[in-house]
Amino acid sequence: MQQALLDYTLYLADSALILGQRNSAWCGHGPILEQDIAITNITLDLIGQSRSLYQYAAQLKGGDATEDSLAYLRNEREYKNCLLAERPNGDWGQTILRQFLFSCFQRELYIQLAKEKDSTLAAIATKSLKEVNYHCRWSGEWILRLGDGTTESHTRLVAALENLWPYTGELFKGVEYELALGIDPSALYTPWYSAVQSTFEEATLSLAPVASCFMQLGGKTGIHTEELGYILADLQYMQRAYPGCDW
Amino acid sequence: MHTEATQACWQLMDEIHDPEIPVLSLNDLGIVRAIEVKSPPTDAGIIEVTITATYSGCPAMDWIANTIKMELKAMGYQSITVNHSISPAWTTDWMSEQGKEKLKAYGIAPPEKRFAIPADGIPCPQCKSEHTRLLSEFGSTSCKALLQCQDCGEPFDYFKCH
Repeated sequence: MQQALLDYTLYLADSALILGQRNSAWCGHGPILEQDIAITNITLDLIGQSRSLYQYAAQLKGGDATEDSLAYLRNEREYKNCLLAERPNGDWGQTILRQFLFSCFQRELYIQLAKEKDSTLAAIATKSLKEVNYHCRWSGEWILRLGDGTTESHTRLVAALENLWPYTGELFKGVEYELALGIDPSALYTPWYSAVQSTFEEATLSLAPVASCFMQLGGKTGIHTEELGYILADLQYMQRAYPGCDW
Repeated sequence: MHTEATQACWQLMDEIHDPEIPVLSLNDLGIVRAIEVKSPPTDAGIIEVTITATYSGCPAMDWIANTIKMELKAMGYQSITVNHSISPAWTTDWMSEQGKEKLKAYGIAPPEKRFAIPADGIPCPQCKSEHTRLLSEFGSTSCKALLQCQDCGEPFDYFKCH
């Protein structure tokens, strides 16, 4: 039970950290200054959420585990982030859609977690939810702008959808540690899907092309795409090269 | 318990300012949740302070915690613990009225309930015009949105309701 709670907390923390790490690559490269600031602010929220979650995970793990050892000293197979978080940034449309799909999921997840009997997870979820609402609104507005914008932006968003949709399935498929905790993520699917669909409709986009697409699984149990290794190499380099370095 | 010593510590929190919005003290922001003097500086000097982050990723928290420790040490405390609490979650409702006035004078529009979601029309802190335009829901720090006044032309930050 303790192990399941630890694994679940790491799944939440890793997903937030890896998406934060991905988004941070936009720092200084956003299409315009305001949006550069927006995506990096979202990054800051995600990394902040992951810190709270890692601190809790370190407490659950005990021994000499710390938030830093969990983030910097675990290998790919020990990382439990969802695959969606590790997908490459691609163009602005890919980044926006990845954020939108993830934030809408995080919103439903945190609404549920806020009611959880585990008081630490409930507190983190309650606090984070306020931030996630901004993320949903911001990325949703961009979906409208790109989907209902030019032919070029619409085409790119359709390509992003085909690219990213296969990674949404695992968000709603319970894995061992979720089942052990009595958590059923499939219950989040309907509210998530209807939120995504209504924004898509407004953006003149259709979910029909991806209706029966094959879903990739594995991230939540440590089976990742090759992307994660490169992300961790960047993220962990300093601590691996200079153990315990601090500034 | 140790009312005077506790009072002095609360006063200290008026003196420590947010490094990113230096016009606001920790008390103005409402991020100090509890101060417990277990033993005054004249004795063993043991104290516990509980603070809470505005946003999860607020990069100022470590600086704030360290500054509190240094200032309390200067007051004579020997054993200082700064706890970080996440529940209840921080809200702009905890910001003092005085803090909101200070923000306005500093050129940042203070949080207003009628603008729970940042929107056009938030009064310009410079010229008071409500003929303003939202540029981005995200500003120079997590807690602010970016607007521009259509009358005086000045861009300004809005401290978001949270």
